[in-house]
Amino acid sequence: MFYRESGQFKSTYAEDSQIFPIRQDRWVVGGIVAFAFLGIPLLAQFGWVSNYAFTAILTPFLIFALAALGLNILTGYAGQLSLGTAAFMAVGAFASYNFMLRIEGMPILVAFVLGGLCAAAVGIVFGLPSLRIRGFYLAAATLATQFFIVWCLTKVGWFTNYSSSGVITAQKIEMFGYAFDSSMSKYLFVLGIVSVMALLAKNMVRTNIGRSWMAIRDMDMAAEVIGFRPMRTKLMAFAVSSFYCGVAGALFAYAYLGTVEPEGFNLDLSFRILFMVIIGGLGSILGSFLGSAFIVLLPIVLNVAMQSLEGAGLPLPSGIGSSIELMAFGALIIFFLIVEPHGLARLWQIGKEKLRLWPFPH
Amino acid sequence: MSKKSGEVILSFDNISLSFGGVKALTSIGFDVREHEIRAIIGPNGAGKSSMLNVINGVYHPQQGEIVFRGQKRRGMNTYESAKSGIARTFQNIALFKGMSVLDNIMTGRNLKMRSNFLLDAIYWGPAQREEIAHRKAVEEIIDFLEIQHIRKTPVGRLPYGLQKRVELGRALAAEPSILLLDEPMAGMNVEEKQDMCRFILDVNDQLGTTIVLIEHDMGVVMDISDRVVVLDYGKKIADGTPDEVRSNQNVIDAYLGVAH
Ligand SMILES: Nc1ncnc2c1ncn2[C@@H]1O[C@H](COP(=O)(O)OP(=O)(O)OP(=O)(O)O)[C@@H](O)[C@H]1O
Ligand SMILES: [Mg+2]
Repeated sequence: MFYRESGQFKSTYAEDSQIFPIRQDRWVVGGIVAFAFLGIPLLAQFGWVSNYAFTAILTPFLIFALAALGLNILTGYAGQLSLGTAAFMAVGAFASYNFMLRIEGMPILVAFVLGGLCAAAVGIVFGLPSLRIRGFYLAAATLATQFFIVWCLTKVGWFTNYSSSGVITAQKIEMFGYAFDSSMSKYLFVLGIVSVMALLAKNMVRTNIGRSWMAIRDMDMAAEVIGFRPMRTKLMAFAVSSFYCGVAGALFAYAYLGTVEPEGFNLDLSFRILFMVIIGGLGSILGSFLGSAFIVLLPIVLNVAMQSLEGAGLPLPSGIGSSIELMAFGALIIFFLIVEPHGLARLWQIGKEKLRLWPFPH
Repeated sequence: MSKKSGEVILSFDNISLSFGGVKALTSIGFDVREHEIRAIIGPNGAGKSSMLNVINGVYHPQQGEIVFRGQKRRGMNTYESAKSGIARTFQNIALFKGMSVLDNIMTGRNLKMRSNFLLDAIYWGPAQREEIAHRKAVEEIIDFLEIQHIRKTPVGRLPYGLQKRVELGRALAAEPSILLLDEPMAGMNVEEKQDMCRFILDVNDQLGTTIVLIEHDMGVVMDISDRVVVLDYGKKIADGTPDEVRSNQNVIDAYLGVAH
């Protein structure tokens, strides 16, 4: 009833090519962003949002969403399958760490950008095989990237500042003399970065560069014939994607874990992010967020469900919790791959289309 | 169809192309004049699509010479030919299935875009102005092809006939000087064919675009083309005006005689 575009006439192409051309969408998204920046901190003041919620749910949700966004650019938009997401995150994290460590007075945001650029450079190098191979073989090549990078970071002591265990402790986040110590301030720091980068990504995918990625994904021969250059386009996708993953990796180390070792960026993490993209929706910015929320929340929801089962006098054998989680993941992945490859974002879209016509569907 | 036909802008001499043992083209030579509608016809497997692929550099002939705007070359290359104003459609629709009609046609303008990805990312100032200017040009094409109602629909969901129309739109978006059309009317009903003919004639007439057209429907070919080249088994068997070709004995034997 209230979700209607009637009466909203667009008189210029500028109006029609806004990110959210429908007014209600703008309100909803604006509302969510405002709530994330103002509402949540306010609720925290009243003690309604706990530290646990910040450190275990909200902050990792945002960081994973950023990594998923990075992978989505490469896989969802440009059609290049990658299993090396965690490796690019690792490059971002360890490069930022070294910039902070070795350059006096390095501002943290600059270190993150430089870390992202290092990840982008590595992405370009390891994206070179994509010019020749695709699909399964490319996935295998990115798998090699994954193992190679983690091996490098473990073997070359310089990267971890010769710490004996290979574990690094991320420096404190400080900007303009303000220290982001509390869980809430870290959340806001991450939120700021993720919001800006999501906006930039949205702009990229709706303009020429995004169209070049999708064109290569959908029909590379036709893309070439109309003047897109496959090499440049694919490497650009690898670069931008790896930049996003690199910054996500830096945030993962600095704002989430605090201490991290190269093994923290293993294949498991790569797969986890791939699952987010598949469940959330390939080729959708919103989907990256939905997928991340889903995968961060799923274990928590399952946990609560099982505890309440126990409370109801149905104790489950210990250790079954994590297996249930894995089984639920497996089932969902298969469900989405078969039934709805465009993921939650597509389901959301369908829901909106229905709502637009409701209550008169014809 | 008298009128217009200007200078020769594209000519082929002794073009041969083979795939392994299969000879797709054997010593083909013909030319294309500016502003004309040049048809290539022939039975299935005659080498028509291969010829089109040679023109815009998807295939590289093993032998022969191409003269394009006075420049001799051994073969074309896809990027260079796009840059120099050659656009095309494909026999099997080659649209970007996951993108909307609008975005598909926008891709056709990519070589005209100056903005870089950093400006695109902040979508501010010049980037925004450019995007909107191109959007305007694309909307004109959408109006021309009468597909306003589907502009935001993903092309994968459209019926075949409309997809062919969108593909023409994408080619037109490049404002080409030469337009290569590979069976633009295949699989269409009479009404859709008439629309497509009208679009092709209008483009040729109003924009002066040179058109190289492959088409199986003889009625259409004889109606709209200025000159026709006939291929059979990779060889050229006739070349001339529709009337000349129609009465050519080789053609009657090889092609028109064949029940279709
Ligand atoms: N990429 C390729 N690899 C191998 N053989 C090819 C290739 N492209 C074309 N051929 C062969 O070249 C010959 C000419 O094919 P082409 O597609 O040019 O014919 P056509 O005249 O367009 O036919 P149709 O009317 O069926 O579209 C055929 O024998 C075909 O099998
Ligand atoms: Mg053909």
